Amino acid sequence: MAMPSSLLWAVDIFGRVYTLATTGQYWELCKDGQLEFKRVSAVKQCCWGIACDHQVYTYVFSSDVPIRYQEETYENQRWNPVGGFCEKLMPSDRWQWSDVSGLKHQQLDSFTLPSPHWEWESDWYVDENIGGEPTEKGGWTYAIDFPATYTKDKKWNSCVRRRRWIRYRRYKSRDTWAKIISLEDPSQLPDPFNDISIGGWEITDEPAGRLSVWAVSLQGRVWYREDVCHHNPEGSLWSLVATPGEVVQISCGPYDLLWATLWEGQAIVREGIDRNNPHGISWTVVESPGSENGIMHVAVGVNVVWAVTKDRKVWFRRGVNSHNPCGTSWIEMVGEMMMVNVGLNDQVWGIACDDRAIYFRQGVTSSELSGKTWKAIVSGRESDRSQTGSSTSLLSAGCFFSDEVRDQANSIIQSDGDVSSDTESPRVPPNHADAPLSGAAVSSNENNADSQKEVGTHLAVDPLDSAQEEANSTSSSSEKAGLEKPESSVDQDTHPAELQWTNIDLKEAHKNPVLTSSAFRETSSVSSLGLFPVGIEEPYGTDEHPFWAWVSGGGCLVDLHSPLKWFTIQTGLSSSVQSLSLSITPAQTAAWRKQIFQQLSERTKRELENFRHYEQAVEQSVWVKTGTLQWWRSWKPHKWMDVRVALEQFTGSDGVRDSILFIYYMHHEEKKYIHVFLNEVTILVEVLNDSKHSFALYTPERTKQRWPIRLAAATEQEMHDWLALLSMCCCESRRIQGPPSHHAVWSVTCKGDIFVSEPSPELEAAPHLIPCDQMFWRQIGGHLRLIECNSQGIVWGIGYDHTTWVYTGGYGGGFIQGLASSADNIYMQSDVKCVYIYENQRWNPVTGYSSRGLPTDRYMWSDASGLQECTKVNTKPPSPQWSWVSDWYIDFNVSGGTDREGWQYAADFPASYHGHKTMKDFVRRRRWVRKCKIVTNGPWLEVPPITLWDISIIPSSAADEEDSIAVWAISDKGDVLCRLEVTQQNPAGTSWLHVGTDQPFISVSVGAFYQVWAIARDGSAFYRGSVSPKRPAGDCWYHIPSPQKQKLKQVSVGRTSVFALDKNGNLWYRQGITPSYPQGSSWDHVSNNIRKVSVGPLDQVWVIADKVQGSHSLSCGTVCHRKGVQPLEPKGLSWDYGIGGGWEHITVRGNATEAPKVALQDTSEEHLAKSLDPEDGENGRKGDQSKANVMVIEGQELDRNAVSC
Amino acid sequence: MTDDKDVLRDVWFGRIPTCFTLYQDEITEREADPYYLLLPRISYLTLVTDKVKKHFQKVMRQEDVSEIWFEYEGSPLKWHYPIGLLFDLHASNTALPWNITVHFKNFPEKDLLHCHSKDVIEAHFMACIKEADALKHKSQVINEMQKKDHKQLWMGLQNDKFEQFWAINRKLMEYIPEDSGFRYIPFRIYQATTERPFIQKLFRPVAPGGQLHTLGDLLKEVCPTAITPEDCEKTIQVMIHGIEPMLETPIQWLSEHMSYPDNFLHISIIPRPTD
Repeated sequence: MAMPSSLLWAVDIFGRVYTLATTGQYWELCKDGQLEFKRVSAVKQCCWGIACDHQVYTYVFSSDVPIRYQEETYENQRWNPVGGFCEKLMPSDRWQWSDVSGLKHQQLDSFTLPSPHWEWESDWYVDENIGGEPTEKGGWTYAIDFPATYTKDKKWNSCVRRRRWIRYRRYKSRDTWAKIISLEDPSQLPDPFNDISIGGWEITDEPAGRLSVWAVSLQGRVWYREDVCHHNPEGSLWSLVATPGEVVQISCGPYDLLWATLWEGQAIVREGIDRNNPHGISWTVVESPGSENGIMHVAVGVNVVWAVTKDRKVWFRRGVNSHNPCGTSWIEMVGEMMMVNVGLNDQVWGIACDDRAIYFRQGVTSSELSGKTWKAIVSGRESDRSQTGSSTSLLSAGCFFSDEVRDQANSIIQSDGDVSSDTESPRVPPNHADAPLSGAAVSSNENNADSQKEVGTHLAVDPLDSAQEEANSTSSSSEKAGLEKPESSVDQDTHPAELQWTNIDLKEAHKNPVLTSSAFRETSSVSSLGLFPVGIEEPYGTDEHPFWAWVSGGGCLVDLHSPLKWFTIQTGLSSSVQSLSLSITPAQTAAWRKQIFQQLSERTKRELENFRHYEQAVEQSVWVKTGTLQWWRSWKPHKWMDVRVALEQFTGSDGVRDSILFIYYMHHEEKKYIHVFLNEVTILVEVLNDSKHSFALYTPERTKQRWPIRLAAATEQEMHDWLALLSMCCCESRRIQGPPSHHAVWSVTCKGDIFVSEPSPELEAAPHLIPCDQMFWRQIGGHLRLIECNSQGIVWGIGYDHTTWVYTGGYGGGFIQGLASSADNIYMQSDVKCVYIYENQRWNPVTGYSSRGLPTDRYMWSDASGLQECTKVNTKPPSPQWSWVSDWYIDFNVSGGTDREGWQYAADFPASYHGHKTMKDFVRRRRWVRKCKIVTNGPWLEVPPITLWDISIIPSSAADEEDSIAVWAISDKGDVLCRLEVTQQNPAGTSWLHVGTDQPFISVSVGAFYQVWAIARDGSAFYRGSVSPKRPAGDCWYHIPSPQKQKLKQVSVGRTSVFALDKNGNLWYRQGITPSYPQGSSWDHVSNNIRKVSVGPLDQVWVIADKVQGSHSLSCGTVCHRKGVQPLEPKGLSWDYGIGGGWEHITVRGNATEAPKVALQDTSEEHLAKSLDPEDGENGRKGDQSKANVMVIEGQELDRNAVSC
Repeated sequence: MTDDKDVLRDVWFGRIPTCFTLYQDEITEREADPYYLLLPRISYLTLVTDKVKKHFQKVMRQEDVSEIWFEYEGSPLKWHYPIGLLFDLHASNTALPWNITVHFKNFPEKDLLHCHSKDVIEAHFMACIKEADALKHKSQVINEMQKKDHKQLWMGLQNDKFEQFWAINRKLMEYIPEDSGFRYIPFRIYQATTERPFIQKLFRPVAPGGQLHTLGDLLKEVCPTAITPEDCEKTIQVMIHGIEPMLETPIQWLSEHMSYPDNFLHISIIPRPTD
């Protein structure tokens, strides 16, 4: 339900382009409606089409992030004793203006815009940054000679210098059809285009947004558009791809499948498509299912091929996959279609012959790729409200696109529905067999404003003129009749002679009853005939349904879990769930609902108020739930053992319910038990385990030990039943219910589970701080990698797949269902992550590289460390909740680079790897990836479409509640973004504002008073100047070098404190920040072993630390709280250890709850005293707690009970 | 904003203050005090009146005690109807507490079913749930449940454990979102004025065109007399759980939120008081 909206594209028979959103109910006319189209092919980010002028156009969706391309050139100078550094270079030197290598001459004015669809963002300017270090003004970098290593400092021997000029250009033709202008020699240009298909984005993700664009020209030649990618949406030129015959139509899947149809009726399949060869290598011919009816149309996905033959029968190709793109055999499917199209997830759409309606293939899953039934999409057109008319003219697309089609009449078949009719009816005279039914019009109504002219002229020259007109008259009446009354189509049987030339649509109408009873069995009475129920007041009620010519689902993501509203016509209570106006749906505001609430409360008052002293008929009693689980026993050797468990729930005298969990086990044939009071439990957390359904239960004591009680259930359902029940008992005993407060502390485990804790005032700045191992955490449904909040209840999260989510204000979700979960505000959520394994090989003189290693070598298939064997077969998804959504494929995006086959080379294992083989290399490895997906639910709504890497929300903004709340983010491509109009009423905001940078960024934080800090990919920090409510994006970046020899990776800004984290796990505090000098002066080291930092609105500092020592084991990924943080001691004194390990992220930026303060001095002394308490030594922290660093004791057993390490 | 879940709670925790008095002709050894009790609306008379039985048996001789039954203003009260329904049907708009007369003799065989043990109530309750699920999901949900889940539904009702009951019952209230509702709505319409026990027909929550059916649509179809024509004075009340939902209320929502634990919507149609 919370799936983002994606679009199904379609063209009606008049060439108008419409889109239907997966969350929508109406077809919407394409924003740029000037042009008429015959073909469209869509993917998520854009749509390509062929307009009626036979030119190719691309429609790139607008986005808050611009498509920008950085042009660069270098200015080179040499020193000479006379003029110093000057433009006079030696004859052997490079050009004065050149590319980075110096080989190519490029002056500033040699750069021109590639097409009219681009514009310059600004003028040329000098880059004053070299590798994270700011240069002197002017940006010169110095070297001894060309080519050499350049430094920012001028030395005595610096003889040459250069500087980098940069300029950005922007693609401006978004949300509009941009004509693809060919710069090539006109004689090389393709003849007019006839079909287009785009896909191939899964072949490789470099460069970003790469697409395969395939087109077919009217002469039957196949063309490939080179270099189409995100920053070059138009591509560069058309390359001809030789084919064994004249091609009519082509279909390109998301991955390496590419099929085309030949004029003669066979299909051809492209083989050898891969990342090195996106064109592929050769064609293989696949024969049509039957000799008499050739293939007219093909549509391919990732693992499927569908085809339509000339008799309109639909076929499914069995056995198609990457290794066998040709498949094995055809299976005939039910239904008769003009065309079919395969979209994302191999979902299928088709345009039926009989009614020209678009049908969706229901029940297509990865295990049942052929689906179950065709279901008609009954959505009307939004535009129908204005375009009413008593009847609609109907004609085929082929007819509409006039001249060229007719010129080609003897050789071309318009595959979008025109079929030589001999395949249809034996009554057809043979001499007409080859005549294309380009005039396959069904009816023409001269009143129709859109089409009369073309139809008129075209029909006039049609060789089948007279028959056509006869047919028209018949068909228009019978079509109308058909729409009103399905039975009337039977009448057509009485006029067979007149019908023999009519469009197949009408002939097929006979078969409709059969279809309805078989293929469309499951459809409701809103039947395939497009009958609308009489008497429903529809905005477009009287209109007939649209007649379609083409459909493309390549950008349309239909998910099993998100119900589509395409198949029913809703009135009244049609709640737009996707609208981000959170928590308010029409159902909730409806009068009937209010009345029920009001009457119920009146009833309770009436029937109970005066009678509370009456005895209750049913007495409350102790309630026990028992069951069998497995327990990770606490003595060595540790192992799972079967235990009986019982949960006893009783009501205390104070009315509070409390519960005890008993775990009964056998030890030396003696029955023993342990018990836990659930009011002492601080967290119940699922544990990452690829085979067991297990969870851990912590109390403060067990947190200190780093040794929770660990239980496992036989099934996921059973575990979730227990977890739901136990967490309900925990919340009940602590009287916690409803949504988390605005001050809540949020955290995420490495498993992606989300936990929230209500901070008490004593958590920060009180004389007696609450130890953070006593914090109670409860789970909130959903799956996230990162979560950020502020004290106004704004919470955003980012998934592993970089999808952005905003908190809806609900609670529960996931396994917490029914009563402990809010009924509204819970939506479906999914996430995708990658599992990596390594293939390792060693070189030997006989066979070269092989999978035969030395006896001492690592496993030939292993994890990254080489210690665990991980084969393609035995590697499972991280937990049973995940399922594979891809096959294993080679990962080329590995640090160090790879060769064309993905190999990285090294002298030996383990070593640093590089992407090319040298003489010294004896081993190589390559990384394989497989994607897995989890589907869950929680109080989260997606904020499409931009995917993010990092996000930050201003902890608390100015007193003025009207102001929008500052939210900054980094996109997964490294763009810095600023969210506009985020308010408590609209926490999702409205749009992103792009903040330009000269390099990709990786982290951002917006602190109080609009202090914005960010970290660039080169590891240096930037401060954004002049950010204010009036100027949400500020004005310019101030470059702040990183600590010596360290590359920063994360920054967090509180009220006045700025902390940053480097890639080696060191935590740094920024010294010297004052209101007049907000950039500060230097970095101060605070601690090591830190993974994440969150600085709150009270300048409180919380981190996720690694290697925290407990009394029983060591844990990685532990929540820690900095103690002793005071205005005069912002760096604090020592760490207090909370829940973990296995934690990934924490945000305390909502917690502005300040306790009344006592004298500062006392407090810090108390902390010191406390940290010297002997009890700490007992807990294995070895006394010296005031030492700033997180203690590490090597050689200890890692905490196997952590969520994961 | 109030949560739909609060409706479930309000429905579950509905109580009717009741005063039980022994029938005047019962032979007692001494005067029997009336007995006051808060009866759960969603439960059954014979399930929650052990205390009443015990109270009156104390003043009676063993041989004068046979099967207990209840009567209100001359009509025997059917124990197999939920208490809330009995009250709405017979005693709406009367002063509280509800005065119920307790009988131990002359069991009205033609009006009432015997109830010799709680097993009979359980069997009746489970039969209703199964029938309701047959209507809602072709029995798929109830059949997929384990025996212990069935038991938990019953124990939840018997022990007045809201959470225990709803932990299972929520599964019975699920449906495929694409369908927009159950297959058929399990409902029964009772009329105080007729002899006919109740009306029960097949009725879908969603019209063929996709729009949600409302309570008004249901009544129009199966009990048109309950609909007051426009510009006429309303002479009847349509009551569920002691309240009168608007006729615009979607029937699917009512079925999910205002069904009795037996998963049926019990709708009472009674004359509107004339005051």
